[in-house]
Amino acid sequence: MEHEITLVVNGTARRARVPARRLLSDCLRHDLGLTGTHVGCEHGVCGCCTVLLDGRPVRSCLTFAVTVDGAEITTVEGLADRDGRMSAVQRAFAECHGLQCGFCTPGFLCTVTALLKENPAPTDDEVVEGIAGNLCRCTGYQNIVKAVHRAAELLAEEA
Amino acid sequence: MKPPPFTYHAPRDLPAALRTLAEVGGKVLAGGQSLIPMLNMRLAAPGHVVDINRVAGLDGIEVSRAGVTVGALARHADVERAGAHPLLTWALKLVAHPAIRNRGTVVGSLVHADPAAELPAVLAVLGGHVRVARWDCGRVTFREIPAAEFFVGPMESAVGPGELAVSAFFPALEEGSGAAFHEVSRRHGDYALAGACAVVGVAGARVACIGVGGGPVVIDVGGDLSSAAARVRDAVDPDDDIHASAAYRRHLVGVLAERALRDAAREGAAARGA
Ligand SMILES: Cc1cc2nc3c(=O)[nH]c(=O)nc-3n(C[C@H](O)[C@H](O)[C@H](O)COP(=O)(O)OP(=O)(O)OC[C@H]3O[C@@H](n4cnc5c(N)ncnc54)[C@H](O)[C@@H]3O)c2cc1C
Ligand code: FES
Ligand code: FES
Repeated sequence: MEHEITLVVNGTARRARVPARRLLSDCLRHDLGLTGTHVGCEHGVCGCCTVLLDGRPVRSCLTFAVTVDGAEITTVEGLADRDGRMSAVQRAFAECHGLQCGFCTPGFLCTVTALLKENPAPTDDEVVEGIAGNLCRCTGYQNIVKAVHRAAELLAEEA
Repeated sequence: MKPPPFTYHAPRDLPAALRTLAEVGGKVLAGGQSLIPMLNMRLAAPGHVVDINRVAGLDGIEVSRAGVTVGALARHADVERAGAHPLLTWALKLVAHPAIRNRGTVVGSLVHADPAAELPAVLAVLGGHVRVARWDCGRVTFREIPAAEFFVGPMESAVGPGELAVSAFFPALEEGSGAAFHEVSRRHGDYALAGACAVVGVAGARVACIGVGGGPVVIDVGGDLSSAAARVRDAVDPDDDIHASAAYRRHLVGVLAERALRDAAREGAAARGA
């Protein structure tokens, strides 16, 4: 049986017909064509699929699309301004070389966006704790940590 | 890595949820942070899934002098933020990662009954209980299951088919007592290799250990903290796996129990102004 659902994705109401077993990650990628959300492990460990659900980071691979019918979802495609300017977090990742292959990056960007909203000036320890649920096989994390601090600076300057 | 098909139910209130569970059986879906990985890996294939996320009135966190009552839809992150119980708050920081804590529920973690999970140990060491509801002859009935009877075995709780756990009660720490939780895991946020939480008060000390038995292993230490590590090592029954040997876990849990008891005792003494 298929279910008719509406998700408010990056500010736009999107409808989809999905079976109950459709993961939110697959709904975003396949039903809605938003392939920015990446899928690594599909059991909650890698963090690549992290999106914001009503503003909070969650694993889209551990969420059924039907469960969040009606909710607001922000994906990496929705982080830039309306006029297409990258968000402070995105610019900081580019500036600090916080990515190499980029596979993990959408998950990090969503996680860090929420982290800095809750804690605009995190310590080193708080940054490491905040990104501990996201795995990166390339960078060695040093530049990601730098990027988080840089994003905090940019956000403070632009506030 | 996709879940097998199932029939989906999304009841809006408790009687409807319980009626559905009574009629179709099926698996309860709360935060999904343990159930969905199992479905994705095809370790479970329930015919029916009863999603309780739309059931009204289950997300409460009620604090009284006696303790904290946590509803079935209260997420780890919300209970952590509420900061209503020092030991529960401490334990929640050790559960998985923030993104998983935003969805996973405290009650779901208790029902899931992973032997390495932190929250079952907290319920057990405090002597709390879980309130369970079912549909019985046309009405909702409740029963309360004390922690000592709740954790039946690895991944098995006393919640029966057709039943829904509606809340869990964590008793407040007695005045003048202290609590602590220590664990060791391979990576921050992973399930622990072993861990121990302790409550030390005027009347005595208790410790509950994780990762070293079929469920939380509770040991009444009484007043003698010096022999606690040895007694803990005698009481537990750890397994070997790819992460650690049984002998290492046995050693480790003794060290962690001693550390938790010492910190809890110090906190208790400070609370009494001693
Ligand atoms: C990467 C990762 C790391 C994790 N690390 C840890 C960790 O370190 N420590 C830890 O404790 N947990 C950890 N977890 C598990 C997490 O805490 C889960 O949220 C929790 O175990 C289950 O809660 P849930 O609400 O997600 O339950 P669900 O996944 O929805 O359900 C789990 C089980 O309980 C049943 N159930 C749930 N709620 C009820 C209810 N109210 N009544 C009856 N049955 C119910 C379901 O039918 C199912 O069988 C981790 C999970 C992941 C993905
Ligand atoms: S794909 Fe979701 S956490 Fe890895
Ligand atoms: S940049 Fe390649 S995995 Fe992180």
